[in-house]
Amino acid sequence: MKRLLLSLVLAGICLQVRAEVLTVAVASNFTAPMKDIAAAFEQRTGHRLRLAFGSSGKFYAQIRHGAPFQVFFSADTAKPKALEVAGLAVAGSRFTYAVGRLALWSADKHLVDGSSAVLAHGDYHKLALANPRLAPYGAAAVEVLRNLGLEQATKPRWVQGENIAQTCQYVASGNAELGFVALSQIQHEGRVERGSAWIVPAALYQPIRQDAVLLAGGENSPGARALLDFMRGEQARAIIESYGYLTGHGAP
Amino acid sequence: MGFTAEDWMAISLTARLALTVTLLLLLIGTPIAWWLARSRSRWKGLIGAIVALPLVLPPSVLGFYLLLAMGPNGPIGQLTEALGLGTLPFTFWGLVIASIFYSMPFVVQPIQNAIEALGERPIEVAATLRAGPWDRFFTVVLPLARPGFVTAAILGFAHTVGEFGVILMIGGNIPGETRVVSVQIYDYVETLDYARAHWLAGAMLLFSFAVLLSLYLFRQRSSRAAIDFGG
Repeated sequence: MKRLLLSLVLAGICLQVRAEVLTVAVASNFTAPMKDIAAAFEQRTGHRLRLAFGSSGKFYAQIRHGAPFQVFFSADTAKPKALEVAGLAVAGSRFTYAVGRLALWSADKHLVDGSSAVLAHGDYHKLALANPRLAPYGAAAVEVLRNLGLEQATKPRWVQGENIAQTCQYVASGNAELGFVALSQIQHEGRVERGSAWIVPAALYQPIRQDAVLLAGGENSPGARALLDFMRGEQARAIIESYGYLTGHGAP
Repeated sequence: MGFTAEDWMAISLTARLALTVTLLLLLIGTPIAWWLARSRSRWKGLIGAIVALPLVLPPSVLGFYLLLAMGPNGPIGQLTEALGLGTLPFTFWGLVIASIFYSMPFVVQPIQNAIEALGERPIEVAATLRAGPWDRFFTVVLPLARPGFVTAAILGFAHTVGEFGVILMIGGNIPGETRVVSVQIYDYVETLDYARAHWLAGAMLLFSFAVLLSLYLFRQRSSRAAIDFGG
């Protein structure tokens, strides 16, 4: 009996040391940096990541109904918190991995002149923003318009994307001349790659904090904890900031 | 709890969209179905395949291409802008055009099958009685193929009511203009407002079931057994 127990314990230790395959839910606005981070993490630790990208709301519903994710990178702070309250996430494991920044963007090189002037006086038909009820970037966009005193004036020209990715598509395809998108979508390696943009000053909206949480399914997984630790490290931070997010260093 | 004012707005918009699309599709789809049923052209296979495409294409693909085509740089967008109509995405008529593509096979195929099932004879007999082409269509084909037309109208309407992916892609979620019931439900689910989602989703389920049930009862009662959904 003792020997059986001992071999079971040993087997357990071996399993823990072995590389794991982790299933991770990631908010779609964080797709590009997460792919880079995953590559670095896999190389560093030998664990493998299966990444699922999608809207935080959908992931929340799926996790509540038993989806097999071990870690959740949300686009907001409310959903990880709600999961923790519901006992579906490990208490105390929540932290802000990135702070999103908002940009007013146009595919037209000359439309936006690095300020908000175009919103009030510009010649445009449609202003795209993410649905403020669904997406934190949409809520932030409405807040900016309100603070500029332009909410009512621009409202007839709003078109709402279901998420920030679709909003960006509306602008990129020219269907909306202007749109509030995530800076991370248009910035790579520190500069805006296409069209013209105004990076909205942080004072005009509440910080768009994106929280990560260890889910109940990952509680006993050293790999899942390693991923969260890795996310806090210098290497991951550098990647996250290169895409236009703020991290712990520069966060407001 | 019941429906909110926004829900009613979405419901009436959806009904208006489905009615408009069904009427237009009966007008557009009937000649196409007629031609597909009777033509021996070598283009028949090609046109038939194009009409049937939305049956197998994911709505996201259709919506994505429509967004590009109807945008200011796309062919449809440049045409509508040249005509002074502006661009179509984010408008009610943009949804109408998209839905016409999307629901086309559900209208064309039942009509086509009904006309094929009639065969040549009634039409030839009418022709020997000196009925002109329009006369032949309205006094012979239309009454005999009536079950096919009813099936087509019901399926076209129901399928447009149930449309989601395409509208999500090109709609822009504007209340009273492009925010239809399926999008409203999606919003509720995404904002975790499951109680309101249940109301609308339950109503949608009942509606769809009632439509299909009435369709099947109608088909059962209809003496013509030759009507088919098509393949």
